[in-house]
Amino acid sequence: MTSGPLRSDGMGGAAALPITISNIRKNYGSFRALDNVSLDIRSGEFLTLLGPSGSGKTTLLMVLSGFVRPDSGSVRFAEREVVLLPPHKRDIGMVFQNYALFPHMTVAGNLAYPLKLRHVHRAEIEARVEKALDLVQLGGLGARGVDELSGGQRQRVALARAVIFEPRILLMDEPLSALDKNLREQMQLEVRRLHDRLGMTTVYVTHDQREALTMSDRIAVLDKGRIQQVDPPQALYERPKTHFVADFIGESFSLPVTVNDGGATLFDQALHLPRKIAGSEPYFLVLRPEKLTLLPNSVDGEAGVNVIKGQVRQSVFHGDSVMIYVAVRDAHEIALRIPLRGNVVLPQPGEHVRLGYGIEDTIVVPAAEQAGGER
Amino acid sequence: MLRRPATSTQITHLQRLWLYILCGLVLFYLVVPTLLVIPMSFSGSRFLSFPPETWSLRWYRAYFDSVEWRAATSVSLQAAAWTTVVATVTGTLAAYGLHCSRLKITKHLSVLLVLPMIIPVILLAVGVFMLFAPLQLNSSLTGLVLSHSALAIPLVLITVTAGMRNFDLNQEQVARSLGASRPRAFVTVTLPQIRNSVLSAALLSFVVSLDEVVIALLIAGGDMATLPRRMFLALRDEIDPTIASISTILILLSILLLGLSQLLDRKRSK
Amino acid sequence: MSSAESGVRQNETALARQAFTEQLKLLSLSFPALLLVGFIVLIPMGWLFWLSFLDADGFTLAHYERLLHPSYGLTLRTTFELAFLVTAVCVVLGYPLAYIAAQMSPRAARIVLLCVLFPFWTSLLVRTYAWLVLLQRRGQLNTWLQDWGLTDAPLRLVHNFTGTAIGMVHIMLPFMILPLYAAMKSIDENYMRAAANLGASPVQAFWQIHVPLSLPGLGAGVMVVFVLSLGFYVTPALLGGGRVMMWAMQIERSLAVYSDWGAASALGVVLLVITLAMLWLFSRLTGAVNAAAGGR
Repeated sequence: MTSGPLRSDGMGGAAALPITISNIRKNYGSFRALDNVSLDIRSGEFLTLLGPSGSGKTTLLMVLSGFVRPDSGSVRFAEREVVLLPPHKRDIGMVFQNYALFPHMTVAGNLAYPLKLRHVHRAEIEARVEKALDLVQLGGLGARGVDELSGGQRQRVALARAVIFEPRILLMDEPLSALDKNLREQMQLEVRRLHDRLGMTTVYVTHDQREALTMSDRIAVLDKGRIQQVDPPQALYERPKTHFVADFIGESFSLPVTVNDGGATLFDQALHLPRKIAGSEPYFLVLRPEKLTLLPNSVDGEAGVNVIKGQVRQSVFHGDSVMIYVAVRDAHEIALRIPLRGNVVLPQPGEHVRLGYGIEDTIVVPAAEQAGGER
Repeated sequence: MLRRPATSTQITHLQRLWLYILCGLVLFYLVVPTLLVIPMSFSGSRFLSFPPETWSLRWYRAYFDSVEWRAATSVSLQAAAWTTVVATVTGTLAAYGLHCSRLKITKHLSVLLVLPMIIPVILLAVGVFMLFAPLQLNSSLTGLVLSHSALAIPLVLITVTAGMRNFDLNQEQVARSLGASRPRAFVTVTLPQIRNSVLSAALLSFVVSLDEVVIALLIAGGDMATLPRRMFLALRDEIDPTIASISTILILLSILLLGLSQLLDRKRSK
Repeated sequence: MSSAESGVRQNETALARQAFTEQLKLLSLSFPALLLVGFIVLIPMGWLFWLSFLDADGFTLAHYERLLHPSYGLTLRTTFELAFLVTAVCVVLGYPLAYIAAQMSPRAARIVLLCVLFPFWTSLLVRTYAWLVLLQRRGQLNTWLQDWGLTDAPLRLVHNFTGTAIGMVHIMLPFMILPLYAAMKSIDENYMRAAANLGASPVQAFWQIHVPLSLPGLGAGVMVVFVLSLGFYVTPALLGGGRVMMWAMQIERSLAVYSDWGAASALGVVLLVITLAMLWLFSRLTGAVNAAAGGR
């Protein structure tokens, strides 16, 4: 990606716009697709809407694009209210899941389409189509028919078409889900680079948490039509605020804990906590496999570490590491990941083990979503 | 070859030879009787036989020399052309609107629009005759076109709706996100992609109007007699051999139209 | 954001109004077609219904009472007999053809389908004319039959029930074959393989697996052929030669010969009611079949 900005006159890329979403509600019959959603998206930010299917992430994107009309609420681009604006007047670039390239036009025809609608001069159109094709590394393929392209190439054309008229907001609805794994990972980086180069505000929808962690400045996790948490990837991973977020992002195992007076107890054993807990509903202790360490059996109790005991059930080989599944009090299961470096002595099935985890890694979250959870 | 299994249940071709013979006979029955008219139309005698005892273009001359037949042909072609336009435009608009609208009433409206296909034509003919009498529309081109269009609209609706089902509505959304208004997106993106369905529907409308007998029998008198009406009356009273030549022309026309529709179909399925 | 019931509701009325107008605009695209169909079909049908209960003195059932006359009963019987016969023959001839066509290579199936579509696209009158010429007393078929010594005297093949049936089957057969073919094409070959694997003989597999799975197509074909036959006018009028009186011809005759609007409208209403009742019945039956076939 070494080409210049899209305009043929060589002027800088499009400016970005911040998006303010407030109190969006959308019901389909009795199903609450969006339940009073509010979200601030910063200018030039790459924000991902992440959630399982039916969580409302695509509906929210469609509200931004204007294809789904909410029951109530407001969407503002900068200061401008757009919720009543038809899609074609919003000036938003959009990439659909199935690319939706026009099969009755060539690649260049697809790219020229939005420019023609904007009455751009013909010579200018040609120049900008060339630039856009170079931008997505498809230089010289303008005369091709859409059905002559591979999946990855189609994806790039769809991307180029969405940005060629320099929208200040770009929306993407699971654009990479149809690609195979290797191509998808490569395209993730390319999409992110394109965003950095053009600088528009990007809202990206995916159900793939790894994709979200890879690409985003911030991630908004949705479930049941509500926003659960909005944070940068690392914060989301390390400090999930709800059990849903902890469960959805990364690999984790949960154990029930009881909470009183700001402290937490796991199977009669008080936990060392990084900070006090408010409230008294059911809580879970969330354990991530890579944060657990195998403790020597001899030492009893260690400063700055929480300890959990269990019996090894099974170990599964993963190439660079081994997952050891451990039964805790027969009724629960957790796992730890042991990297295979040097001579590691692996515990055998049936063996009793002690596992330790740092106080900062002790994540205790409410079982259900809390009232007033986010912002 | 005959001993090879024909089905996954290992019945051989030989074992079901009778089935092939039966199918061959059915196909023969479907196609050949109609086609026999073609050679017979070149017969020189008043009594048509196959193969004709003498060959001549007598019955073609009879057709082209006859003012009545020519007038009827002209009326039929005009009615068919206008019907094609009216039915295709209104039917396509309706198919698009009903397909895109999410209101529950659309289902009932679709049923309403296919009614002309369900109700026996003789009833439509009687009804239309009654309706047109006070409106002075009997024996008028307008009356013919209106009633033929009503007959053709169900076919247009069904054909175009099938096309819309194969069409990805995301396409239109993309066009709108790229800056096209809804009508513009329809014309530049949707219509080119459902074009073959719309053209098939137009062909069907043309044929429906060109073939229609019963309504024409009741409402298309005098100058507005259509070709099928004249043919029907000529056949009922006595078998005029001129009809053989007209039939031959119509058969060739239908082969042409069938070929066109197959071409459109093949393109559509690509 | 405690519950969805509280909190601000911005732009609610404006959004609702916009949603309504958008749907209305989409719906309005169907108005020209609806207007046309309403004008040409609904108004006259309503009028016909109205007229069938009306004479010079106002409301009357006299028109319907007249339908009890034996001559109408004969017409009704002829109509149903022909419709049943034509439908049955279409099933017997159409099912094997659709079955074979569905198993053919795409190229061969294409040719077969072209043969089925050809009569479909050819003018009804032309096809009826062809049969008239072929079947008449000095017609081609009789000539051949006599040449080959199969009969001594020419047979009466047209201007009677036989001729009407031959012509009508020819017209209706494509309506039977096309839905059957579509239904059979969608039957997964593996069902038959599974049946054979489970021990069904080919004949058993055919009757127990293939036939039930093709029932939706058969139902559609039977429905269309039967309903079209009930109201058929052109072919019986020409091939029946006035000796085969169908319901539709009775309607036309009451108008053209006797100018009897009361009788015509009553006959029409009865035909309409029978047609709609048949459609309803068939759709219920095929619905039941579809449900039985696993809700496909």
